[in-house]
Amino acid sequence: MRIHLQNFKKTFGDTTVIEDMNLTVEDGEMIALLGPSGCGKSTTLFAISGIHKINGGTLHFGDKDVTNLPAQERSVGVVFQNYALYPHMSVAQNIGFPLKVQKLKTAEINARVGEIAELVQIGNLLDRKPMQLSGGQQQRVALARALIRKPDVLLLDEPLANLDAKLRLEMRSEIRRLQRETGITAILVTHDQIEAMSMCDRIALMKDGRIEQISTPTQMYESPASHYVASFLGNPPISFLQAKADASLDLGHGNALPLPIGKAVQGELTLGIRPEHFGPQHDGPKISGQISFIEPQGREDLIDVMLPCGQKLRAIAPSGHGLKLEQDISWGTQMDRLHIFGADGTRL
Amino acid sequence: MRSRSNLFLIAILALISTPLVIMYVFQLIDSVSRPALGGFLPQTWELGNWRFLWETIDSARPSIWRVTFNTFVFAASTALLVCAFSITAAYALSRLNFPARRFFLAGLIMLHAFPTITLIIAIFIVLQFLGLYDSLIGVILVKAALELPFGIWIMKGFYDSVPWEIEMAGVQDGASRFRVWRELILPQVKPGLAALLIFSFLAGWSEFILPLVLAPGADAQVLATYMNAVIADDMRPDYGLFKAIGVFYALPVIAVYLLFQKQLMNIYGGGTKG
Ligand SMILES: Nc1ncnc2c1ncn2[C@@H]1O[C@H](COP(=O)(O)OP(=O)(O)OP(=O)(O)O)[C@@H](O)[C@H]1O
Ligand SMILES: [Mg+2]
Repeated sequence: MRIHLQNFKKTFGDTTVIEDMNLTVEDGEMIALLGPSGCGKSTTLFAISGIHKINGGTLHFGDKDVTNLPAQERSVGVVFQNYALYPHMSVAQNIGFPLKVQKLKTAEINARVGEIAELVQIGNLLDRKPMQLSGGQQQRVALARALIRKPDVLLLDEPLANLDAKLRLEMRSEIRRLQRETGITAILVTHDQIEAMSMCDRIALMKDGRIEQISTPTQMYESPASHYVASFLGNPPISFLQAKADASLDLGHGNALPLPIGKAVQGELTLGIRPEHFGPQHDGPKISGQISFIEPQGREDLIDVMLPCGQKLRAIAPSGHGLKLEQDISWGTQMDRLHIFGADGTRL
Repeated sequence: MRSRSNLFLIAILALISTPLVIMYVFQLIDSVSRPALGGFLPQTWELGNWRFLWETIDSARPSIWRVTFNTFVFAASTALLVCAFSITAAYALSRLNFPARRFFLAGLIMLHAFPTITLIIAIFIVLQFLGLYDSLIGVILVKAALELPFGIWIMKGFYDSVPWEIEMAGVQDGASRFRVWRELILPQVKPGLAALLIFSFLAGWSEFILPLVLAPGADAQVLATYMNAVIADDMRPDYGLFKAIGVFYALPVIAVYLLFQKQLMNIYGGGTKG
């Protein structure tokens, strides 16, 4: 079911948390709300679920205006960060609760609980209490409870934040599998860029209650709309260099890159160079500096290069490079992957 | 190291509680014996002090069983009233946003610390006006009302420790707020409720001043006022009898403490959060 949020505004008392936000999630799509802590991701999510009343704007599920419907009457399944399982009920009772509320017959509830439990692979745990489950199992129960009503929309608020690294990897693909199999429209809230990139069709990157950019993970990574977006995505992160543009992009102390073709740039600029686009293995214009740090990562090494102007540039070099600390180097930069940001942070 | 310090603690506790234990033991021994004149060691053993159990000790007084029944009704009704109001009022204060919520909270804390005995004259007048003076119902209502701030405050602490998300999840699952409260939230605060039930029962059981002032007649007498009457009325007080009744009066309290200490400890566990 298509979700359409228009001119959404949310205030808590006197503070306006979100103003004039627009978001459309297509039917069957999974979208990530990505952003730092406090930017309003959960607020947006709870406005869609109906837990928070919205202070302005409209919300449509498909063609239906649900702006003023209470949470109980919106067909929305929510998975909370701490799962919010009902501690006094067994797993089966937890999953069956939404159906019990709908006054379905016990036989039908049991059948559907069994069915969904198989789907999330917890069929053997139905008699346990939530306390007796591991984090990953609790997560699966929460997913089953959110999905059993066959809701129009599935909302996930940082569902992986409480899991350890290995389980997170497993549940990442598991949640995506469930979303694909059920074909449900889903919104995932996260502050982890890897989660957002690996699980979702599109990412909405938020900052201070606004959506900074919304596009597919690849697009967002390759053509970030702003300095902020570029800095948020990528691990290891992108390096930024201050430069002055006239005849060339002057980095100071003899380092300079040629002006990009087809772009009229002038004055003070910020260059963004991702670590994988600078290093000994690249052709293209050289930048010289001194190696200040080497961090071995196995397959490749992370190398910090201190430029003569005092700015730092990060590179990824395949291991076996034989480089040493404090060695002077001059490496190539992939010019077609260079990002140039203006003074206001937007990409030129 | 660990057990050494434990032993030390136990020794200190034992030292402090010895006088209390001695008092209880002597209360019990004295109730079934008669000491030598001027001494305190038991001389002869007899059950005469317990005669109140099978005969009316004074023609003007109701039987002990009637009084015990009154005490039970008083304590149990108080406990039930306090619990019924506390679980609903505390939920509202903890979770619902209603006008003057802050005012109610502040009032609650103030009432909690208020020396209630100063209200007794006003309460007396109100009860008389309502025609509830000298009736058990009147004292029950007053006692329950005075216990309520404590009960609400304790239950609010328990509600506050239930995660919001459980409530949101319930609402999202389609349940009404009332159903969420009854089926999802109330079970989480059951330990607190059990503790409060026992606690307010005991508070009612040991209440003395309110029945004494507000229900002095024979019909509404409870054990505390009964004991008071036994010792106060007679020209020559019968201390043996008084002690026996005292033991009888304290037994249920001790039994309740022994049976429910785990539940009672909960009040200190969950009720600390403001
Ligand atoms: N009930 C509330 N009352 C007042 N302010 C609130 C309330 N809930 C959230 N806020 C404020 O709204 C802003 C956005 O909060 P929100 O919970 O949506 O952040 P978030 O993006 O989900 O962050 P996180 O990643 O930490 O969960 C924050 O500045 C927060 O302080
Ligand atoms: Mg959040």
